[in-house]
Amino acid sequence: MPIQYYIYFCLTLFSIGIIGVLTRRNAIIVFMCIELMLNAVNLLLVAFSKMHHGAALAANPASTAGIDGQLFVFFIMVVAAAEVSVGLAIIVMMYRNTHSVDINFLNRLKN
Amino acid sequence: MSKIVFLVPLLPLLGFLINGLGRKSLSKQVTAVIGSGVILGSFLLSGYLFSLVPAGNGVVKLFDFIAVNTFNISFSFQVDQLSVLFLLIITGIGFLIHVYSAAYMKEETADHYARYFAYLNLFVFSMLLLVMGSNYVIMFIGWEGVGLCSYLLIGYWFKNANYNYAAKKAFIMNRIGDLGFLLAVFWILYKLGTVEYNEVFAGVASLSKTDIVSITLLLFVGAMGKSAQIPLYTWLPDAMAGPTPVSALIHAATMVTAGIYMIARSNILYTMAPSTQTVVAIVGLATAIFAASIALKQNDIKKVLAYSTVSQLGYMFLGLGVGAYTGAVFHVITHAFFKALLFLGAGSVIHAMHHEQDIRKMGNLRKYMPVTHITFLLACLAIAGIPPFSGFFSKDEILAAAFAHSPIYYLIGVGGALMTAFYMFRLYTLTFLGSFRGTHEQEHHLHESPSAMTIPLIVLAILSVLGGFIGIPEAFAANSHWLEHYLSPIFASSTALVEPHHLSRSQEYIMMGVVTAIIIAIILFAVNTFKKGIGDTEEAKGIGKLLENKWYIDELYDAVIVNPLNSFGGFLKNVIEKSGIDGVVNGVGKLVAYGSRQLRLVQSGQVANYLLIMILSMVIFFIIWFNDLHIMRFINKLF
Repeated sequence: MPIQYYIYFCLTLFSIGIIGVLTRRNAIIVFMCIELMLNAVNLLLVAFSKMHHGAALAANPASTAGIDGQLFVFFIMVVAAAEVSVGLAIIVMMYRNTHSVDINFLNRLKN
Repeated sequence: MSKIVFLVPLLPLLGFLINGLGRKSLSKQVTAVIGSGVILGSFLLSGYLFSLVPAGNGVVKLFDFIAVNTFNISFSFQVDQLSVLFLLIITGIGFLIHVYSAAYMKEETADHYARYFAYLNLFVFSMLLLVMGSNYVIMFIGWEGVGLCSYLLIGYWFKNANYNYAAKKAFIMNRIGDLGFLLAVFWILYKLGTVEYNEVFAGVASLSKTDIVSITLLLFVGAMGKSAQIPLYTWLPDAMAGPTPVSALIHAATMVTAGIYMIARSNILYTMAPSTQTVVAIVGLATAIFAASIALKQNDIKKVLAYSTVSQLGYMFLGLGVGAYTGAVFHVITHAFFKALLFLGAGSVIHAMHHEQDIRKMGNLRKYMPVTHITFLLACLAIAGIPPFSGFFSKDEILAAAFAHSPIYYLIGVGGALMTAFYMFRLYTLTFLGSFRGTHEQEHHLHESPSAMTIPLIVLAILSVLGGFIGIPEAFAANSHWLEHYLSPIFASSTALVEPHHLSRSQEYIMMGVVTAIIIAIILFAVNTFKKGIGDTEEAKGIGKLLENKWYIDELYDAVIVNPLNSFGGFLKNVIEKSGIDGVVNGVGKLVAYGSRQLRLVQSGQVANYLLIMILSMVIFFIIWFNDLHIMRFINKLF
């Protein structure tokens, strides 16, 4: 499959994520959209990694070029998991305090 | 010799430290004994050095003062014929003035009394440093020191704003001269790489004509400031604000002679720069008659003496200018005797009159103060140039040298000498003869001063009468001029270059005779004119008014220099400072405050806003960071 398809797909996913983050007021949906953006990036990383690695293998069977992209993905997933746990905890606390997950109510720190 | 030389300036410094630091606890007697004692010690040591001088080569190195790589300025003293003579004058007359001060300043409280003696000792210390240093840098330390001490002593009664003003004036005028001196020292250092006298004078042949003329002119600017020559003389009459013994010390033994000493010390430089010598002679001559003319109409006893000092200093510079270095130094010595005597005598009068200084309100004081009267008369005769008093010999020597140089110098110089005789005897007559014109109360209190004041007067009177015999003109007897022989090693290189002119004996006899006769006539005329006193109500007219107001020189300086500078300062303060510098500083502050007020609005508290800003920034960063051709081409290929 040409790499362009992956790029188009990831761009679409990422844009959906951005639009979701900007337009939705539900904290959980905003959160999910952030995850969507992260995963769009992950997917793109994997796709490029595969592409470069395949090209390098054809030249030299022992080559490891390009696999660092996949390594990066693991890191992003780990960080994302940690972030999710913190984020969800914040949302839970928020719900307990305000009985709502609307981010527009999250302006108490102002002033 | 080298073991004790450093003690000469050290003793006054110690006196200064003890009196200065212990001024709260020392009693007046102790202060006076310490203050005078250290000067006496210096004087005795100077006498000892004087007896040793012809033996040693003179330079005594104490330690390295400034040592950088190969460049070295040592802290060393040069004790030779010239400096040892000055040492004797400074410490000798300084000692007498200290003794006199002990009585004169009795009315001060103990701590101010100690402050006075501390300053006085510091003054003597600075002056000793000035004449003893073996290079221009050490001289400069002393040079600045006497400037500082004159400021402190002129402004001694610092509660009087006018006195402070006079002190500041003296200091600033001196600073102008000091700048010239400093530039000259730098110039010497740049050209010759050394400031040691011996090395500079040895290397002078390698200097270009321009260098020598510039250096000597700049040094002369320094001398103008310190020795009160036109145009920097106006501080000296104002310096009368200080206590009278201080005036005696500044104007007789120290400070004002510094310029003469410096030029006499650098005589070879001046001999090699005839054009500078002409400038020196003309400035000296102009000062001599100019100041004498002002003194004719002054009514303050100390002001008359002050202008007389300026005038006599003019004669010394005339002597230096026409190459009569010995004559100039000779006049310094005799002038130190009789001018110290005149000032101390004036102090004695002021003391008796309860700080009345206007000679129009005096008169007939000879009845009440016989010792002061006799000694003052002797000093007047000496300064007027009546033989065989000391002033006659020294002034005659300078005038003879001036005649040999140019008869015009001589005529003008004699004119000044005649004026000197006139104003001195005007002063004398108004003060001591005639009838008393002060109040009854003052008359009731008139008294001779205590012996601590009269003994210095008597000693100085003896010196004023006999001092001239160290330099009897060759016209009277061969090899009779002791001073010339004594100083000949100092001026040897100059005399080798330019042989001093000598007048024929008959010429000299005629000149002396005629001038003396005219001077005696003028003295008699002055005594007769002023016997009855002068009214203080009559308004002077024409030239008299001009003289009374000192040729309006102070007003001229105010109009030309002081006021424009003041208004320029005011402009800087009110316009540049207030709206310029303050405006910028305050503006920056206001801008920051305004900017932060606006920036605060961004923090709305709306999470969506923050997210929007975050994403926009990401996009912007993306555009900035990945804005390179390779990626753009790839992106183009995608779409």
